[in-house]
Amino acid sequence: MALFGSRSNPVARRRSDGSFDLVLAPELRETIGALLGELDELVAEGPGDPSLRRLAPPAYLDDADKDAEYQLLAGDELRSSRQQAIAAVQGSLAKDRLSEDDLWAWLQSLNALRLVVGTRLGIDDDHHEHDPDAEGPDAGLWSIYDFATWLQYSVLKALGG
Amino acid sequence: MSSAPVISPTETSSPDADLDLDTDLPWIVLVWNDPINTMEYVALVFRKLFGYSKAKAERLMLDVHEKGRAVVSSGPREKAEIDVFRLHEHGLWATMQQDD
Repeated sequence: MALFGSRSNPVARRRSDGSFDLVLAPELRETIGALLGELDELVAEGPGDPSLRRLAPPAYLDDADKDAEYQLLAGDELRSSRQQAIAAVQGSLAKDRLSEDDLWAWLQSLNALRLVVGTRLGIDDDHHEHDPDAEGPDAGLWSIYDFATWLQYSVLKALGG
Repeated sequence: MSSAPVISPTETSSPDADLDLDTDLPWIVLVWNDPINTMEYVALVFRKLFGYSKAKAERLMLDVHEKGRAVVSSGPREKAEIDVFRLHEHGLWATMQQDD
């Protein structure tokens, strides 16, 4: 289901040369920069925070030894790959023309943000209750989650998803 | 959707038992259902990482969503591990195991 055509995409629009116009409003770019800055700090601190667990899932379910080996070898690389993607987004926020690789860095980073915030919100089944108008301690987290979801959807529509 | 299986430490087997007689068996890469990644995103990641057609990527995504998991690639252990890593980079819940 497409809520908007490619020419009305509120985030990015594909050009005939294969690059993309970044049309997102400046104040929303600032918001993304701030949120991803926080995510980067969290990722840099390492795997201690339980809300990061979906960013480093097990690779082997039936072999604890092999999984420990995988986590040892891949854990740092995965973390640095995530930080590189965040840095690529940060570096692209002031631009008006992005590459497909830039937009994939957006998708990956926004997805990581959704995974961390969604985990903090305790989303653990497909039919979680969500009242966006609810007042409560989680209202701020829900608005971040919804913002990241909207952005990610827009970017993936721009990429042809 | 499904919740994560609990991973508990297993007894360490003797080194000899680990010499797999099954080294020739291919490894399969599984993607598991999770409640946060969106269906559109998962399908697009399958297209990007594996070069699958839109139709195949959407079929696999629906298998993940409806059956709880799907085999998205297979091959030697080294290739499977790279595929798992790339899926993890994209935030998907991927695991690997030997196909039996």
